Amino acid sequence: MSPAITLAAGEAGEHRPLIISLFAVFVLATLVITVWAGRQTKDAADFYAGGRQFSAFQNGLAVSGDYMSAASFLGIAGAIALFGYDGFLYSIGFLVAWLVALLLVAEPLRNSGRYTMGDVLAYRMRQRPVRTAAGTSTIVVSIFYLLAQMAGAGVLVSLLLGITSDAGKIGIVALVGLLMIVYVSIGGMKGTTWVQMVKAVLLISGTILITFLVLLKFDFNISDLLGKAAENSGKGTAFLEPGLQYGATGTSKLDFISLGIALVLGTAGLPHILIRFYTVPNAKAARKSVNWAIGIIGGFYLMTIALGFGAAALIKPDEIIASNPSGNTAAPLLALHLGGVDSTWGAILLATISAVAFATILAVVAGLTLASSSSFAHDIYANVIRKGKASGKEEVRAARWATVFIGIVSIGLGALARDLNVAGLVALAFAVAASANLPTILYSLFWKRFTTQGALWSIYGGLIVATGLVLFSPVVSGDPKAMFPDVDFAYFPLKNPGIISIPFGFLMGFLGTVLSKEEPDAGKYAELEVRSLTGTGAH
Amino acid sequence: MATDAPPPSTEQHKLPSTEEFTAVQQSAEFGELRRSHRNFAFPLTVGFIAWYLLYVLLSNFAGDFMGTKLFGNINVAFVFGIAQFITTFLIAWWYSRHAAAKLDPKAEAIKSRMEGGA
Repeated sequence: MSPAITLAAGEAGEHRPLIISLFAVFVLATLVITVWAGRQTKDAADFYAGGRQFSAFQNGLAVSGDYMSAASFLGIAGAIALFGYDGFLYSIGFLVAWLVALLLVAEPLRNSGRYTMGDVLAYRMRQRPVRTAAGTSTIVVSIFYLLAQMAGAGVLVSLLLGITSDAGKIGIVALVGLLMIVYVSIGGMKGTTWVQMVKAVLLISGTILITFLVLLKFDFNISDLLGKAAENSGKGTAFLEPGLQYGATGTSKLDFISLGIALVLGTAGLPHILIRFYTVPNAKAARKSVNWAIGIIGGFYLMTIALGFGAAALIKPDEIIASNPSGNTAAPLLALHLGGVDSTWGAILLATISAVAFATILAVVAGLTLASSSSFAHDIYANVIRKGKASGKEEVRAARWATVFIGIVSIGLGALARDLNVAGLVALAFAVAASANLPTILYSLFWKRFTTQGALWSIYGGLIVATGLVLFSPVVSGDPKAMFPDVDFAYFPLKNPGIISIPFGFLMGFLGTVLSKEEPDAGKYAELEVRSLTGTGAH
Repeated sequence: MATDAPPPSTEQHKLPSTEEFTAVQQSAEFGELRRSHRNFAFPLTVGFIAWYLLYVLLSNFAGDFMGTKLFGNINVAFVFGIAQFITTFLIAWWYSRHAAAKLDPKAEAIKSRMEGGA
């Protein structure tokens, strides 16, 4: 065990009862919400879409809760703390991406779909093949994202409770998995939405507190904060300029562009975000909830600048790296340092911020699980296996079982990815979403000629190429920080596949359509187009 | 060859027939709504993605320029990053204003007519 971990764990160790009580309060409160929401959940629209009665502000808050994952909180702060300016790119890409959702996707989706992303993709296509594809891609994207959250949970726990044994970590991952199964299978969308809202408020409050404390140390002079960060990092002004993480070689520069494209195009293809738009009464409310989300998320990311540079300014880089090689623990460590390393106040802050991060992980994991189990139940079980003949009750039962299954799978995968930077892992989920889902969504909504074959080629093409390139990338093997560092089958040099796989997804959708022998269903497209823009017949 | 499973049906409204949808889709009124959405959203999307990519490319290939100090330790890169936040907020606000003024009234008129004033 490294000295820094021992230090933090020792500090936390003395106050372990406090940390555990904070966790317990959050878990208990959310369980109460879940049981309450479960009682209100009577039909499929309640389970999948929370009854469609949330207000734009409530949903905006919940969207923010779903989106500001451990990747944002732990990952971005860590990336800035270690690489300075380059970590900032994540924040910007993650935020700008919301404009794609706002301008092109949120409202048409709300108007024409019912419960899942697959509703829109399959609207004018042959139902069974397209729904199978949409369900597959929903589950793959969500599992990538889940992995990142699980990695975050492992990191936190080793910092906080000093648990470094594999058995201990697996125990915690299993606990997270169990809680998410309970949240989703009992509370459905209603419970999950409330959990997201509570978490968003906690996360924003915690971040405001730490930001305030950081700025207070520098008399609210951002220039001084940056200057101290540059000095303390040992890298000088280069720390404040782009290039530390990605500027070294031509390959890493290309990686930076690839990441940038994946971030900006991924959001509007994330199933767990898309299904949130079904929880409000109409498209106008969906638009307003995106606006709220842009405001809340934007404000949060601005604060991550203070978090990241604050950590760089106040903590020795060696200590951050020793605690977690990818910087994932920079934010909680910053809290500890702000309060004073040997003081009770420091321990309280550390516990609070860690509890917030834990709440963040639990909530996002619940959102992801809901997206995958909804898609399994509605797209694959109800429309493919039962050919549209399943009753609402049967669908919900299937969704609940799918939740249990996905929970178990993600517990199983959770242990594998614990030393990767959490923000980097989430970026992969974005790349897959941007390659497989976004082209298909845009073509479906806006291209009259788009056919079933086009939809299948773009979903499977994007999905296979994106995940394939990840498999053969330095993220998985051939790098000291890889999932399997001891073997090397990294034939693809970039860590992020977006620059290849996203254009490929679009190209396949185009080729699949023009090479298609069947005519597009013009009547169904008229229906989809009119519905998507006017909300006629919207659920 | 259409669908081999029934399309999602509505709970509260009776969905107009395909013929009605096709007629509306061909109508001048709907054409105007579609144009009004696309002419606003498509160029703007291209614009903000280009603006964002410019930022990514400058970060990559114009390190010296991005490192230019403006005041104190604040450099061009930092200001550029903050500018991305500001333009995102502005575009969101601008689109919402456009939608409320130009899209919503047209969409609601078509919807209420098609749903029989329900």
